[in-house]
Amino acid sequence: MSWEMISQLPSGGFYIGKEGGFLNAIVGSLYIVIASTVLGLLISIPVLFYLNIYLSQKSKLAYFARLAYDVLFGIPSIVYGAFAFAIMIFFGLRTSLLSGIIVITLLIIPVLIRSMDEVARDFPREILEASFSLGATRLETVKVLLRQIAPGIVTATLLAVGRAIGDAAAVLFTAGYTDTIPTSLSQPVATLPLAVFFQLSSPSTEVQDRAYAAALVLTIIVLVLSVSGRFITRRFSKNKVK
Amino acid sequence: MNSIAQRLTRPFNWNTDWIRDLFLEDKSSTFAADRKFERSLEASNIVTDNLNVFIKEHHILKSVNLQIPENKITCIIGPSGCGKTTLLRTFNRLVDSIEGVKIDGKILIDGEDIISSKSEITNLRRKIGLVSQRPCPLPMSIYDNITYGCRIHGIHGKKKLNQVVEHYLKAAGLWEEVKDRLHTPAVRLSIGQQQRLCLARSLAVEPQFILADEATSALDPISSKTVEELFVKLKKEYSIVMVTHTLRQALRIADYVVFMYLGEVIEAGEAKEVFNNPQQDLTRKYLSGAFS
Repeated sequence: MSWEMISQLPSGGFYIGKEGGFLNAIVGSLYIVIASTVLGLLISIPVLFYLNIYLSQKSKLAYFARLAYDVLFGIPSIVYGAFAFAIMIFFGLRTSLLSGIIVITLLIIPVLIRSMDEVARDFPREILEASFSLGATRLETVKVLLRQIAPGIVTATLLAVGRAIGDAAAVLFTAGYTDTIPTSLSQPVATLPLAVFFQLSSPSTEVQDRAYAAALVLTIIVLVLSVSGRFITRRFSKNKVK
Repeated sequence: MNSIAQRLTRPFNWNTDWIRDLFLEDKSSTFAADRKFERSLEASNIVTDNLNVFIKEHHILKSVNLQIPENKITCIIGPSGCGKTTLLRTFNRLVDSIEGVKIDGKILIDGEDIISSKSEITNLRRKIGLVSQRPCPLPMSIYDNITYGCRIHGIHGKKKLNQVVEHYLKAAGLWEEVKDRLHTPAVRLSIGQQQRLCLARSLAVEPQFILADEATSALDPISSKTVEELFVKLKKEYSIVMVTHTLRQALRIADYVVFMYLGEVIEAGEAKEVFNNPQQDLTRKYLSGAFS
């Protein structure tokens, strides 16, 4: 592993062992992960509030929603990829950054919701009542819930990021692979897991070495994220009511 | 119109003045912010008229007719499971969140029927502070705990909020203990301090009534004494309704006593009267400790 590998784009003859790096895959992975995590949180946090504040605990809708998210949680990512691929063919779309982001978002929403939900269900009812008795509406109480489950949200986000960044199957058909960094949402994008996959299948040992380097980079990114997540969790949990 | 404008804009904490101007011909505001520090002096009073509360098929409260006097401490006593807490929670309609609840009859607060669907529940709850059995600080700093309610009801501005925090922490006798650490998490306070914080928090939204649901039962003797003394001090300005399990406490601080048994009000009246000269057989038995 060398600095060139992570700071350069693939150049001519990259896949037969010539010089170049896999910066395209690193940047592509980060694009997809960051965008889909933000999107995923935007979608799943309102769902979480609906499940926990608006619906009562014995609500059938909440029960079935949780069941559905559990099922979705367990679906292999290749199924998401294939499903999205079928839709893309139907609409005549080509592999692109946007479709990669959408599929990964769909993939992590159940992860986010279910892991945040586990924390939110322990949310003491008394806090809700305390907030209501001060004249807060349910919408205003969201702030309180958010404060209480902040550490849970961080943990859930980490889990989701871990799943999103390591996923090869879902992006295989949807985001595609390319040697350049995309400049618009409609261009295909490379990702680290796919970089590992494609380079490892090359006969040339130099290329295979780069696959291991890419795998290492992937691991380091996840490690850095979870360590920083730990610190953030600690910062956020100081206000938590036990 | 006023209430619609308020309801539309409140969740976002916007500066709502311009919207209000759009809607209202009458500019004299009924917003909480403007009413601050000029508490209405009109008679505050709770009257229940033939109040029945059902939860699913259980008949929890059976035709309760009560008048709760203002600026007095009213203690509700009775054995466990007799509906004391439900009665208290009906007053600020927290029972609404229980599944399958049905309320029948009338509760008049300042002459306004709060059971009818017309009354605005958030305003009602602002008028009635609740101190629960277990202290329950919000997951925020001490400062934010006090200002949470104020912010919801439209009081902004650092200076004003600082004033509010100091004023009500002093009212709850907590100021000296926490003034140097207002921005530390509220959960780090001791239980007794937390309970007083909760009291200060409910006072900060300017209620007329305070409902206390066994407010001292989770506290150590010294803290509960502090809270009791606080209630006695506060009754000048607020009407206090408290549920208590300890007869001795009721004896110490009550001006007015309501004895409940199995969802019915058996006896209600001046504390001295009820304790010294109970009219009903059940009351006599309960006071002498025949059952609890």
